[in-house]
Amino acid sequence: MDTQYLKVDLFGVPWLTFNIPNAIMITVAMAIVFFVCFFMSRKIQMYPSGAQNAMEYLVQFIKNIISSTMDWDRGKNFLMLGITIILYVFVANMLGVPFELATAEEHYVWWNSPTSNPVLTISLAAFVIILTHVYGLKLKGPKEYGKDYFRPAFFMAPFKVVEDFANTLTLGMRLYANVYAKEVIMMMIVGLGAATIGFWTFAAFIPLVVFQAFSVFIGTLQAFIFCMLTMVYMSHKVNEEH
Amino acid sequence: MFDLYDIEWVNAAYQLLAFFVLLLLLKKFAFGPIMDMMEKRENHVAEQISSAEKNREEAEKYLEEQREAIQQARVEAKEIVENSKKMSEQQAAEIVQNARDESARMKETAKQDIQNEKAQAISALREQVSTLSVLVASKVIEKELDEQDQEKLIEDTLKEVGEDL
Repeated sequence: MDTQYLKVDLFGVPWLTFNIPNAIMITVAMAIVFFVCFFMSRKIQMYPSGAQNAMEYLVQFIKNIISSTMDWDRGKNFLMLGITIILYVFVANMLGVPFELATAEEHYVWWNSPTSNPVLTISLAAFVIILTHVYGLKLKGPKEYGKDYFRPAFFMAPFKVVEDFANTLTLGMRLYANVYAKEVIMMMIVGLGAATIGFWTFAAFIPLVVFQAFSVFIGTLQAFIFCMLTMVYMSHKVNEEH
Repeated sequence: MFDLYDIEWVNAAYQLLAFFVLLLLLKKFAFGPIMDMMEKRENHVAEQISSAEKNREEAEKYLEEQREAIQQARVEAKEIVENSKKMSEQQAAEIVQNARDESARMKETAKQDIQNEKAQAISALREQVSTLSVLVASKVIEKELDEQDQEKLIEDTLKEVGEDL
């Protein structure tokens, strides 16, 4: 039972492939993030209560991640980036946990984790890596940024270039593989239960619950790791001394 | 096996665009105000701490001043009590002395008075005696008296004198 996505080529151009359900899931994830944060930050007071505490805890959490990798006077530029990344990736990971929608015959997927699509995770990773270069140029100046390729020795330059591509690939692949594997296993357990009405319908229930709990754990962990690694790569490009 | 056309470039671009928009929206509507408030609170707390520190120092200074003032007041009170005690003692001594002097003076005056009276009495007696003797003499001269008459005369005269006295 292969899953497939409803794809259209925009304007008939072959390389403008548009994955409609995936775009919907991206939108849903971002809408959830935005509205939850929006309504949690309506009442902001000097003496925090309720939702504001949670939001401030999150800000503090990201602050700690950033200051564990770089100076705060540089790191404060990336606070908003870190918050958005961790929230978006977390929600995107969670979207596929409770259920997955697909059409019956052709298995066209309409609801899953958007992060189970490698294009999205790798493009997000590439965005992050490009951002590290942008900020490296901006905060250190072109001269220092260029010199960084030849530190600690001149022959390190090719490795540094390769490193960027490797970082992009691993950062995106790690997230994609975790979430995709989670979805595949989940689908297998659900498929087992749904295949026949009988013993397995009930027997598959317990492993499904266990695995959903594990999926929540994986999703949270991967969101944290993605955010953490973003800051680590950023610190490599931005920090003065190694 | 790997077709570049299979990659969903539009989705990637859409995600990044949406991500960027989400970042801006979150910053504007959710985390911007919260971070502002956190910073404000941090400043507020720092201010409070520094002002508390200042207040504490001031209070300590005042306390020290008060302590000194109390010490001084105590010393002064002691001095005053001592002074008054000394003064009262002095006064008592003075009063006693005065009384003593007064009584001595009174005694002296009384003595003087007695002396005067005595002198007066003596002088009066003397006068009397002299007049009497003159009287007696004159009587004696007036009459040549016999012994019996003389006796009687003296008796009379003495009686006279006695009545006078």
